[in-house]
Amino acid sequence: MAIPRGSVVAIMGGSGCGKTTTLRLIGGQLRPTAGQVRVAGQAVHDLDQDGLYALRRRMGMLFQFGALFTDMSVFDNVAFQIREHTDLPEEAIADLVLMKLNAVGLRGARHLMPSELSGGMARRVALARAIALDPMLMMYDEPFAGLDPISLGVVGQLIRRLNDALGASSIIVTHDIQESLQIVDYIYFLSEGRVVAEGTPAQIRASTDPWVHQFVWAEPDGPVPFHYPADTYRDVMLGPAHA
Amino acid sequence: MPRRILTGVRALGRRVDDAIWRLGFAARFLLMILLYSGTALRRFGLTVRQIYFSGVLSLIIILVSGLFVGMVLGLQGYDTLQRYGSEESLGVLVALSLVRELGPVVAGLLFASRAGSAITAEIGLMKATEQLSAMEMMAVNPLARVVAPRFWAGVISMPLLAAMFSAMGVFGGYLVGVMLIGVDEGSFWSQMQSSVDVREDILNGVIKSFVFGVAISLIAVFEGYDAEPTAEGVSGATTRTVVISSLAILGLDFILTAFMFRGT
Repeated sequence: MAIPRGSVVAIMGGSGCGKTTTLRLIGGQLRPTAGQVRVAGQAVHDLDQDGLYALRRRMGMLFQFGALFTDMSVFDNVAFQIREHTDLPEEAIADLVLMKLNAVGLRGARHLMPSELSGGMARRVALARAIALDPMLMMYDEPFAGLDPISLGVVGQLIRRLNDALGASSIIVTHDIQESLQIVDYIYFLSEGRVVAEGTPAQIRASTDPWVHQFVWAEPDGPVPFHYPADTYRDVMLGPAHA
Repeated sequence: MPRRILTGVRALGRRVDDAIWRLGFAARFLLMILLYSGTALRRFGLTVRQIYFSGVLSLIIILVSGLFVGMVLGLQGYDTLQRYGSEESLGVLVALSLVRELGPVVAGLLFASRAGSAITAEIGLMKATEQLSAMEMMAVNPLARVVAPRFWAGVISMPLLAAMFSAMGVFGGYLVGVMLIGVDEGSFWSQMQSSVDVREDILNGVIKSFVFGVAISLIAVFEGYDAEPTAEGVSGATTRTVVISSLAILGLDFILTAFMFRGT
């Protein structure tokens, strides 16, 4: 799996197929049991804690439900990384934070607390926080989960726009096939920890692969079976001795 | 029947094994906290903020409880002392009971229930809502930024709260003994002043409350950090904090008292 610089790549697959694990491997929160994860030429799992933290400063991650710090205002959430990693004066931090919040359309919400935000707004604030230090690599864990159609479209467009404006690379882990096909450059499909299909949005739409077809057209049965493996009716009714 | 016994022994063994493993993990966790305490001490504002949440907000319950415990001591102490005609020693009895024993122990139990449980729930919920993971991904160590300030806040707050508990208790004893029952005020204070020793009584009480502070804070932050990131996991961790802290306070109190005991 390769994520070229400047591109937006989606990783898709059913629940439990290893999508979020892939993100955690890239972020160095998990270590691979086999294989390698390289970011900007550095093998993530070979880095010590200082090296890993130095690399993470160049990464941004949007968590599934935002993971905003609930004891801080919107402003302080976005300012968090800048305050932790730089010695900038408060005036400069305020300017930077307002620019980031403006980019996600929430400059006016800077005084609100996370509990006062809707799901879509929280996701946008988390996005502003993730891009606070202009990362080279953005990772999105289910950025569209639980959003209404308007918020979903807004977040989708923001991901694409911010990626292009920052000159960054983005990895989106998602189930939302229709929204993703509109904004990403390339898609990987995972199943049981393996890449089972890949391609550009056009290739994916035209794919005849049964797995991709089932996923894209949301068919209940196919290579991913509807039924969880179970005993046959005959076994259940008559007992295994009659099988 | 032997199979049942075997299963029971196996389950017991697993529990003991698990408990030892957790104890080792907690010890390692304490070392890590000390290692990453630089941020909490250098940026002392982070710790002061936590002192407000765990210390200052516990003041009401500590002061009110101290007052009532002191008032009860005044009543019970007078009842016992008057049988021997030495009710003037009421001040000594109240002060020594509070400073050596009740102050650190009761304040510790209250602190574990009020602040310890809150710390565990907060850290556990931060874990469950991925706030700790988010912090890690922002290259900020949660041990340094979240855990260490809360730990030190507890360690600093506990002796101060125990001292305030004792002071309030002495005042409660005075209210009941002197103002209500009519024990001689001069005897009450002068006997207390001459009998309470700074090193033997007050310092030992401070040492106890400091040790309890370390124990409660460590248990609270450890249980929160180790909590399963679910609603059930966090509620279980919060309960464990109160139960383990309370037992630890009582156990440590016996050990410390045994070491401080001179028998004279």
